Amino acid sequence: MYYIDLAVTGVSFGCMYAIMAVGLTLVYGLLRILHIAHAAVFALGAYVTVLVANASGSILGGLIAAIVITPLFGMAIYRLLYEPLLKYRPDVPMVASVGLLVLMQDAFRVLFGEQGVTFRQNSLSFTTFDIAGVNISAVQIAIIVTTVVVFLGLHLFTTYTRIGVGWRATVSRPQIATSFGIDPIKVRYLNFAIGSALAAVAGGLVALLNNLVDPGIGFVVSYKALAIIVLGGLGSVQGTLVASLVLGLVEAYGTIFIGAWLDRDAIAFLALILLLMIRPQGFTGVRTA
Amino acid sequence: MSAYGISLVSIAGINVILAVSLNIISGFCGQISLGHAAFFGAGAYAAALTMIATANVPLALLAALIMGCALGIIVGFASLRVRSDFLAVTTIGVNFLFVGFVRKQGWLGGEMGISGIPATGFGATGNAIMIVALACMTIAFSLYMSRSWMGFAFRAVGEDESAAATLGINARAYKLAAFGIGTALAGLAGALYTFFTQFITVDSFDFVFSVMLLAMVVIGGVGSTWGVAVAAVGLTLLPEAIRFVNDYRLLVFGGMLVLVIRLAPGGLAALTRNLFARGKRV
Repeated sequence: MYYIDLAVTGVSFGCMYAIMAVGLTLVYGLLRILHIAHAAVFALGAYVTVLVANASGSILGGLIAAIVITPLFGMAIYRLLYEPLLKYRPDVPMVASVGLLVLMQDAFRVLFGEQGVTFRQNSLSFTTFDIAGVNISAVQIAIIVTTVVVFLGLHLFTTYTRIGVGWRATVSRPQIATSFGIDPIKVRYLNFAIGSALAAVAGGLVALLNNLVDPGIGFVVSYKALAIIVLGGLGSVQGTLVASLVLGLVEAYGTIFIGAWLDRDAIAFLALILLLMIRPQGFTGVRTA
Repeated sequence: MSAYGISLVSIAGINVILAVSLNIISGFCGQISLGHAAFFGAGAYAAALTMIATANVPLALLAALIMGCALGIIVGFASLRVRSDFLAVTTIGVNFLFVGFVRKQGWLGGEMGISGIPATGFGATGNAIMIVALACMTIAFSLYMSRSWMGFAFRAVGEDESAAATLGINARAYKLAAFGIGTALAGLAGALYTFFTQFITVDSFDFVFSVMLLAMVVIGGVGSTWGVAVAAVGLTLLPEAIRFVNDYRLLVFGGMLVLVIRLAPGGLAALTRNLFARGKRV
């Protein structure tokens, strides 16, 4: 039973990582930028969720507000920060991105306090179910369900709608897509809008899970999501899902078995390095030269 | 000079060594590393243990140098396997692995760090002079190297590996050399840090500090020794200079980082080059 409990924890953490990281994968796939400020978008989503939920009394209302507001912020980041820097080495936009993350984190601290904000009512986080002896909380179920919906939705969107197909075309062959009449700039905005909305969903769910939103909430996203998108083969949505689940499970079991020698993050990165040595292009990356 | 001034000079000197050494790996040789603080930390711990065992300063410096270099060559082997952004994230992993490992080791002081490290016997001023001297030597070495055959080979590998290979440049060997040299210098900086503080905890060598070092390289101008050295001093002093905003320090710091990159994406080096070019035209 104990091992099944660990598996449940691992899978729910894995799903959480997946929705944290998928937006980052989308940005990387299109622009080849390590968008560390994704963590700031994530934190913004968490703050909007908790503030609106506390003001209106509806958690769902908070999540919807976050999904509406963060895409605007994401598109503004693209327009004001990344677009002028695209022609430089990839570490230039990355450092700008880090600067934005530092700025935003401190802005949240100044505006809403060091201690952070808690939900006034959060029935979701204290409800637990006992399924055949395995404990699982309502938030964990919500996270797993959301992940399934998000990934299925993305798959359907990019396979069956004209906009989705145009998006995929731009990611794989931008010039040919342009010659077929697709506006690459619009695709970029769309990309940042969707990626940011997904970050907001992840932020809102993590806020509910911890029942707390503090200025440091996004920090873990800034490095762990990078590890995940690399392990998934940079730019691959399916790879991101697989890598997230693998890391979630490795962390859950790893902290039990080798927790005395390494801490949680180190275990995740040990797995990352070992797997990259075996498959340098990640799980789904195409081997080049 | 006041004690405060001396400590500022010491920290600035250490950061110059770190930034210039990272520039050898990331600037000259084009291998983005986000784990430089791990090698800095490895050097600091090696120096701390040597000082406690022998209280011998040259031996501690040597131990730190070798420790940084050995670890760097191991990571260098990883750089032969993975490229560009994969490498960047692998080095983030190295940093977290280092911090996570040290934190759980009793013999390295764990969470509490190592305190009571014997003093060098040079006093605060003597230490600062040693740090500045070594920082100057690092800059001189870096300037010399960028003009040498090795620097040329590094740049060729950084620009285009396969083109470099057609010129008969052994890209693998040069990448390993860049990592070995850069991380040995980071280890050296670690020893100096140990001498300076006489107390180390693993939190000083985390991923955030690695990011700060890369920011120094990018703001200075990737590949420019002088630019990077100036940026290292600037970014060390900036938080002190904006002390008056006290509670908003990080806010201002982040904002300035964004602004500087946005206004001068090529770094200080490109900025001065443009100024001179404009001056000539007029």
